[in-house]
Order: sequence, then C-alpha cells, then structure tokens
Amino acid sequence: MDELYRDQILEHYKRPHNFGRIEGADLEFEDTNPFCGDEQHVTIRLDEDDKVAEIAFDGKGCAISTAATSLLTDELVGMSRQELLRLPKDFVLELLGIDISATRMKCAMLGLKVVKSASLGKSAEWEDEGEAGDPAEAVVDLGQI
Amino acid sequence: MEPVSAKSPAAAAPSSLEKIRAAFPALEREVHGRPVAYLDSGASSQRVLASIQSVDRYERRHHSNVHRGSHTLSAEATEAYEGARATVADHIGAADRREVVFVRNATEAINLVARAWGDASVGAGDRILLTEMEHHSNIVPWQQLAERVGAEIDWTPIDDEGQLDMDAFTTLLERGPKLVAVTHVSNVLGTENPIAEIARLAHEAGALVLCDGAQAAPKVPLDMAELGVDFYAITGHKLYGPTGIGALWTRLDLLREMPPFLGGGSMIRKVTKAGTTYADPPARFEAGTPAIAQAIGMASAMRWLDMVGMEAVREHEEAIADYTLERVAEVPDLRVFGPPRGPGRLGPVSFEIKGIHAHDIAEILDRHGVAVRAGHHCAQPLMDRLEIAATARASFGVYTTTEEIDRLLDGLEDARKVFGL
Repeated sequence: MDELYRDQILEHYKRPHNFGRIEGADLEFEDTNPFCGDEQHVTIRLDEDDKVAEIAFDGKGCAISTAATSLLTDELVGMSRQELLRLPKDFVLELLGIDISATRMKCAMLGLKVVKSASLGKSAEWEDEGEAGDPAEAVVDLGQI
Repeated sequence: MEPVSAKSPAAAAPSSLEKIRAAFPALEREVHGRPVAYLDSGASSQRVLASIQSVDRYERRHHSNVHRGSHTLSAEATEAYEGARATVADHIGAADRREVVFVRNATEAINLVARAWGDASVGAGDRILLTEMEHHSNIVPWQQLAERVGAEIDWTPIDDEGQLDMDAFTTLLERGPKLVAVTHVSNVLGTENPIAEIARLAHEAGALVLCDGAQAAPKVPLDMAELGVDFYAITGHKLYGPTGIGALWTRLDLLREMPPFLGGGSMIRKVTKAGTTYADPPARFEAGTPAIAQAIGMASAMRWLDMVGMEAVREHEEAIADYTLERVAEVPDLRVFGPPRGPGRLGPVSFEIKGIHAHDIAEILDRHGVAVRAGHHCAQPLMDRLEIAATARASFGVYTTTEEIDRLLDGLEDARKVFGL
C-alpha cells in the first residue's frame, strides 16, 4: 500500500545512518520542529581544508524527519560549509524519493535546516513551508454567489 | 425582529446520538473515501448547525455596528450581541451578564487578565503558581508578566497518573502566590482538576484563581459560584461555535477595579484632549467593533448544548473516554498518558506506541479517515515532565461514537503492520 512508508524510509527510521554525536566537533547545532517538538542535534568534524570529514546526528523524530536526515548525512562528507549552505530543499526531496505533503514538509526539512545552521553558526533563516492557495477557490463554491 | 440565535428546527431537542450527529454538517464529509471519524475536537470541534444558521441569519439580515446607531439594524445587532452575552452568562452559571467579557479566544482572555489585572496587582518578588499540565496559553502570558514586573513562577507537579499533587500544591501555597492559574480539564491527560477545592485553598492563602476552561466548557456543566474561582476563560470554537470568539468571566467587583486592556472605541466614557475616562465593565474591556456574528454563533452553540443537557454531554464524554481506554489497552506496546479508567476520567486519550512516532500514527490514521492530533499539544512543560517529545491524541465531542473508536483501533493495527511491529 505504502508509498510514504516504503521500505527504504522505514529502514532509515529504524536504523538511521550516522546516528550519534562526534566528540569535540567543529560545528554543532540543535533545533526543534516547533510544530511537533521534535529535536535534531547535528555534529560535524571538519578536515584541514574545512570540508566535512565526519557528520553525525541524533534526536527524537518521526519516520520522515529521521529518514531524511539519515539519507542527507550520507551525502555530505567532502562538502565545504558554503556548499552545505547552498544545498536546495530538492536535494533532500530527491533523496527521499517520495511525495511529501505540505504538513510533513517541516519534518523532511528539519535535518537540512540544522545542517545549514551548524555551518552558519546560528539558526538559518527558513521560509515557511506550504503553498498558499487561493482562498476563494479553496473554500467557496463560486457557483453559488 | 426575527430571532437571530438558536432554535432552528434541525436542532430541536436532540435526544439520541443519531440526532446529535445530524446537527453537524461536517460529519457528512468523507476523507480518503471514508466518512470522517473526527477525533480532534479538543483542538477544534465541528460546528453545530444551529450556530452556523444563526451566524448566517445575522450576517444576511441584521448586521450593523453595535452600541452606536439609533437605527433599526443597529438596535437589532445590539440586541443580538447583548443577548449572546446573557446566554453565555446563563450557560456558565454567572450571577450577572456584565461579568462576561467577549474576547477572541481563551488565550486572549488569559492575556487580558495578565495585562489588566496582572500589571496592576503583581510586582517584583511576587509569585504566580501554575501547574505542570498547563497549555502554553496559561503559561506564556504569566512568564511575560513575570518578566515585565520581576515576579517568580512556581509549578505544581503532577503524579505519575497525571493528577495534580495536592500536597505539593498546599506547600507551594505557603509561598503566598498572588495568583493560582490552573486548567479545569487537561488538553493532554483528560484529568479533571478539583477546581472548587483548589479555589478554596488558594483563597485561604490569599491568592486569586484563574481557571482555563477551554477544554472543560464543552464537556462539563459549569457554575461559576460553585467553582469559586475569580477568572474563567472559555473559547467558542471548542464548544461547537465559531473561531475568533471566546469569553472571560470575572467576578464583577474584581472586574470593576481592573484597568482597561486595549484602548480604543467602545471602551470609553469620555475622551478629551486632556485624557480619557473609561466605560464600566464589560465595555471597558471590549475596545473596537467586536466579533458580533461570532458572539451570536457561540451563544447559539451554548443554547444547543443546553438543549442536549450538559449532564448528558458529560456522561457521553466519560463513556467514550472509558471505551477508548478499554480498547487501546489491547494494543501491544501502547502507553496511555493520564489517569486510568474510572469515574471522572474524561478525554482526550493521549498515547504513544513504541517504535512508531506520533506523527506517523496520525498520518496512517488519516488514510483511514480517522482524524487525530500528533505533537506536543502546546504543553511542552508537560511533555518534559512525561519525558516524551510528542503524543498521539484522540479527543472527543458530543458526536463521537464507539464505532469511530473501533475505526481508530483498526487504524492503529494498520500502523503497526506498516512499521513491521
């Protein structure tokens, strides 16, 4: 049945990659999803060229946020801080390979936001998820007016 | 004039669950191909037809600004708006309709008290006593007040069953708080707090009592004199009425002493270049054009509830909560937060299943047309106390059926299957 909870997602949820914390990390950040209170903590060790040598995350989260950050952290070794900051949201969505609804977008993007915040050394500004529809179309049957 | 509130034929004396459900058009909705099993009334209930119709009738035929015009429409609007205030007063057992101030919601009611009463009455070093089970709406305004004036906040702990620790409460009262702010019914645990006893103890210790009734007002009969509190906050959209409207009840002698909250039109006696004198309550606390239609809609929902009978509403809530607690006990690795089955245990029923995050539970239930909430439920200090980040929460309304709870259970079984449990 399940497109959202396909095996790859559940596998990363149950056994997330790069899970834990790096002692004496060069970069570190923690943030929460204010919508649900989920937390993720990211630690990054840099090599002599200031590129990601090792990355780890831990925290409490749903299948989508955990799998997204597990998949994301698999891809980041060798990237510079600038490259981390330039990562688009689609990078995560392509790794997930599933349709993410507006309500779950914050879950999918929590890890990316924390990684960017760690690179920046402060909370990365983040535009709100979800697309604004036309309220008239959404709730009013114009035929009746 | 035509009646602008309640008493539509569709809402006449509903005596069975079927008739009650027929009074809620939204329950005809299908979600993912199945009739919606709406188990999120604790966040916002569905609207009763009597309320929808009274708002519609007012908007179509009777609207004008209140308290101003000498023309017919303004007189009708004023009559309907003040009639709504009288209905609210009647529904909550207030002694006088002037004790009812219309606000946007329970959050605004509490902010009004924190600003108007709090700024005038709480000073540096004073204490405010909250509980660990409060909603953010009954925490943040007090933290903001404490920050403004240099006051201190204490927290009454809960025990492992989700009941207030009354011994600890009594001990904390010895610190002499100016105010005790406590929820009537927890929006996470389904605990009903002993408000009358809390008020008696608090008053003996010299504290005033604010009670957050956002969850209780749709579920239990209310009598302000019996509860013995000083402030009581309610919201319309959880009791089958519209959003954007709520009420603050305050003892009239206390309300008379309180300075205004927001400034503007309607709340004045006289304005000159030199200054302003203020109107008597409740107008003093209702600056600007109010939410007239919404006040009428909330009052209509209350009249409808009174027709059903709040004792019957309470019995239904207890029966559904009990049935849910009985059924979820069958689910392996499911942990319920809140008091066990028993008299007085109301909804909601909050729970977690080991190995499935609450969000994922809610997502899978939605595919079964079952609407529940997942998250911290705006009660993060309570989540910290329970040492969890989130729960799934099934909350009930007058229309909730045991069949809907059975569908919740089917959905939970499916969730366990999806996650390979």
